[in-house]
Amino acid sequence: MMFDYETLRLIWWALLGALLIGFAITGGFDLGVAILLPFLGKNDTERRVIINSIGATWEGNQVWFVTAGGALFAAWPMAYSVAFSGFYFALLLTLFALFMRPIGFDYRSKLPSQRWRSNWDRALFVGGFVPALIFGVAFGNLLQGVPFYFAEDMRIFYTGTFWALLNPFALLAGLISVSMLIMHGAVYLQLRTVDDINQRCKSMVSVFAILTLVLFAIAGVWVANIDGYQITSEVLPNAPSNPLTKLVAKGLGLWLANYANYPMLWAIPSLAFIAGTTTIVLSKVERPGLAFISSSLTLAAVILTAGVSMFPFLMPSSSVINSSLTVWDASSSMTTLKIMFWVTVVFLPIVIFYTSWVFRVLRGKITLEHIHNNDHSAY
Amino acid sequence: MIAESVVDLSRWQFAATSLYHFLFVPLTLGLSFILAIMESTYVMTGKEIYKDMTQFWGKLFGINFALGVTTGLTMEFEFGMNWSYFSHYVGDVFGAPLAIEGLMAFFLESTFVGLFFFGWDKLGKGQHLVITWLVALGSNLSALWILVANGWMQNPVGADFNYETMRMEITSFSSLLFNPAAQVKFVHTVAAGYTTASAFVLAISAYYMLKGRDAAFAQRSYTIAAGFGLAAILSVIVLGDESGYTDGEVQKVKLAAIEAEWHTEAPPAAFTAIGIPDQDTMETRYAVKIPWVLGLIGTRSIDEPITGLTEILEKNRLRVRNGIKAYALLHELRQGNRDEITLAEFDRYKTDLGYGLLLKRYTEAVVDATDQQIELAAKYSLPRVVPLFWTFRAMVACGFVMLAVFVFAVIASSIRRCRQTWLLKLSLYTLPLPWIACETGWFVAEFGRQPWTIAEVLPTFLSASSLTELDLYLSLAGYLGLYTLFLVIEMFLMLKFIKLGPSSLHKGRYHFEIATGATL
Repeated sequence: MMFDYETLRLIWWALLGALLIGFAITGGFDLGVAILLPFLGKNDTERRVIINSIGATWEGNQVWFVTAGGALFAAWPMAYSVAFSGFYFALLLTLFALFMRPIGFDYRSKLPSQRWRSNWDRALFVGGFVPALIFGVAFGNLLQGVPFYFAEDMRIFYTGTFWALLNPFALLAGLISVSMLIMHGAVYLQLRTVDDINQRCKSMVSVFAILTLVLFAIAGVWVANIDGYQITSEVLPNAPSNPLTKLVAKGLGLWLANYANYPMLWAIPSLAFIAGTTTIVLSKVERPGLAFISSSLTLAAVILTAGVSMFPFLMPSSSVINSSLTVWDASSSMTTLKIMFWVTVVFLPIVIFYTSWVFRVLRGKITLEHIHNNDHSAY
Repeated sequence: MIAESVVDLSRWQFAATSLYHFLFVPLTLGLSFILAIMESTYVMTGKEIYKDMTQFWGKLFGINFALGVTTGLTMEFEFGMNWSYFSHYVGDVFGAPLAIEGLMAFFLESTFVGLFFFGWDKLGKGQHLVITWLVALGSNLSALWILVANGWMQNPVGADFNYETMRMEITSFSSLLFNPAAQVKFVHTVAAGYTTASAFVLAISAYYMLKGRDAAFAQRSYTIAAGFGLAAILSVIVLGDESGYTDGEVQKVKLAAIEAEWHTEAPPAAFTAIGIPDQDTMETRYAVKIPWVLGLIGTRSIDEPITGLTEILEKNRLRVRNGIKAYALLHELRQGNRDEITLAEFDRYKTDLGYGLLLKRYTEAVVDATDQQIELAAKYSLPRVVPLFWTFRAMVACGFVMLAVFVFAVIASSIRRCRQTWLLKLSLYTLPLPWIACETGWFVAEFGRQPWTIAEVLPTFLSASSLTELDLYLSLAGYLGLYTLFLVIEMFLMLKFIKLGPSSLHKGRYHFEIATGATL
C-alpha cells in the first residue's frame, strides 16, 4: 500500500489524536482517581482501596502519554520543539507533578507512618491535578495562538511568558479538562469499588459530568468570539515542511469555519453532550461498565471537537501569524511518516491486545478485606 | 546567537538529569533478568525459596524502578524544552527511535510490571514467569531504542541534510537501526546493567552472610549473582566499546582523546596506561606506555595506524573551510537560487556544513571568517582530553576489579565455599564500583562527542533552546531540589528493606521472624 505525503500527514494528525485520546481514556482516569483520592478516601484503608484500584495498571496507562510525546517528536518535530520550549515552565510544572506518581504509588504503603502516607496522598493529588489542569490550559492556549516566530535558520523564538498562559479562556479549558477527568476517574472507581466509596463515586460522576458539559458549552460560545486562524494562500499538502511559505489570516469565529463547511462535524460536539448525559444515567442505574465506555466517548468527543475546529492548524502563532504550524508544513519527511506509520500499524494493536488482557486479569472489585489480606504486598 | 551561559547551564542540566537517571537504569536492566532467572529456577524446581527470592529482590527492584521511570520522563521532556533547535534539526531522524521505544518497549515493560507485582495470585506459575521475562525483555528493548537514538548522535548514518526544511532527514532506516555505533553501545550498556545488578545482589547477599542470617536465601542469591555477573563483566570487557571507535569520524577523535594520542604513531600504537596529558602543548608527561596494546584494541590489526589528534586537527582545518563553502551555498539555496550548479556544489560540500556551523561560535558572518577564526573553530572541534583520559581509566579500573571479584565469587560458589569473611567483605565493598563505572562510562561517551550534539552535523552550542539564564537557574534549582529529596527517600527505603531482608515478605520463615517472632 502506498500513500502520498498528504495522506500520511492526515493519518499522523489522526494518530496523534488517537494517542492523546488513548491517554485521556486510560491515563485520564488515573489522574481523576488521584484527584479524588483525598476526598473520597476517609481513612487509610479506604485510600488504599482507591490507590489499588489503579495501582497495578497506571504505569502502562501513562505510556500513552509518553508515546504521544514520542510520536509528536517523530511525526511533528517542529510542533514538539515549539511547544516544549515555549511552554517551558508549564511543562516543567507538569513534569514535576508527574514525578509524584511512580514514587507516590510505590513508596506510600512501604511505611506504616500516617504522616508519611498522608504526605504521599497530597503528592498523588498534585500528580493528578496539575497535569490535568495544564493539559487543558495548553489546549486553551493553542486555540488562541501562541507568540512564536522562526529566525532565518529556523531557530525558534518564543516571546510569551508563563503567566500569559493562565488567561481566562485557557483556564476555562483547564477546568474542562480537570472536570472531565474527575468524572472519568469517578466512573472507573465506581466500577472497581463497593459500598461507601462506590456510593460517593456516583454523586461525583453526576456533579462533574454536569459541570463538564456546562463548561464545554460556555467554551463553545466563547470560541465563536475569539480569533480563529485560516490559511489564505494556496494549500500545498505535498510540499516539503516549511512553515514560512504560506499566508494566514486571523478572524473572529474562524474556528467554527470547519463546522460551517462540513455540518456533519456538528456530530462530534453533540456526541460530547449525549455521551456525557448517558454517563450520568448509566452511573445512576449502577451500570458502571457501560458508563465507563460512555465517559470515554465524552472525553474523545471533547478532544476531537477542539482538534477539528483548529484543523489544519497544529499551533497557530499569534505574533507572526504566517509562521503558524499546520498539518501541511510542520511534519516529518515522508519517509519518516511512512516508517512510523507501519511501526504503529504493527505495534499499536499488539499493545491494545495485551493491555486489555492485563485489565482482564486484574478485573474485579477492590474491597477493604482485600487490603487487610494483602497488607504487605498491596500499595 | 544564544548566550554561552545559557548553553552551559543547559548542558549542566542535561548532564545532571541524565547521570541521575542512569543511577537507576542499569540496575533495572540487570535486576529484571536476575528476577527472571530466579523465577525460572522456582518454576523448574518448585522450591518456594526461589519464589521468595524473586519477590524480595523484586521489592528492591520496585523501589529502584519507580525512580527510573520518574527520571526517565525528564529526558523526553528535555529534548524539546532545552534543546529545541536540536529537536527541530534532527527530530525527523532522532524522534523515530524514541517513539518506537514507547510503542514497542516501554508499553511492554510498564504494562507487565504491574502484573509482576500484583499478579502472583491471579496467574498460573508459568504465566507469571512469562510476565517476568516480558518485563526484562521490555526494559532491555527500551535500552536498544534509546541507544539507537544515541548511537546516531555519535555516528549519524542513514540521514541527509535537506536545505528546503533546514534539517536532517532519514534516508535509510536500516542504516539507522544497524548503525555499528548503536549496536556496540547497546551490548556494552546492557552488559554493564547486568554487571551492576549482579554486584548489587552479590553485595547484599554477602552482607546477610556476614551477619550470619538467612543463610540459605543469601547463598542461593549469591551464587546466581556470581554466575550471571561473571558472564556480564566478561561481555562488558570483551565485547566492550572499543570496536565502536573505528566507526565514525568522531568516534576516532574520541578514541584519540581518551588515549591522549596526540600524534599518529607507527602501528601498532602503544597504550598510555597512565600519565599527565596537556592539551596546550599536545603531549603527555610521565607517560607509562604499553607497546602494541592500543593498536590491537583500536584497529584489531598490527598495521593500521590510530589517527592522532594533530592529524585530525589538520584535517578539520580543511573541513571548516569546506564548511564555509557549504554554508554560503546553503544561503543561496535558501534565497531561492536553485540552479543545478549550486545544488551540485552544495551536495559536494554539505557533509562539512557542520564544521562551517562551528564558526558561529566566533562570528555571525560565517562566510567572511578570518584565518584566526577558522583556526579557533578547528581547535574547538576536538574534545578536551584530560577529563576523558581520567574518567576512561576510572571506568576500566572498576571493570577489572569487578572481574576479579566475580571470578573469586564464582570459584568459591562452585566449590561451595563462599562463606569466607574476606570474600564476603570484598563482595560487599565492591558495591559502588559498577555505579562509578556506569557514570564515568556515560561521561566518556557523551563528553567525548563534544563539541557536537550530532557528530559533525550540529554543534552543541547551536542546539539549545532560546531561553534565558533565569529560566535555566529556576529549572535547575527545581531539579536539584526534587532529585536530592527523591534520592534521600529512595536510599532510606532501600536500606530499610535491605536490613529487613526477606522478612519483609512476611512469610514467617526468615530472620527477625523466627528469632523474635516480630512483624513489621
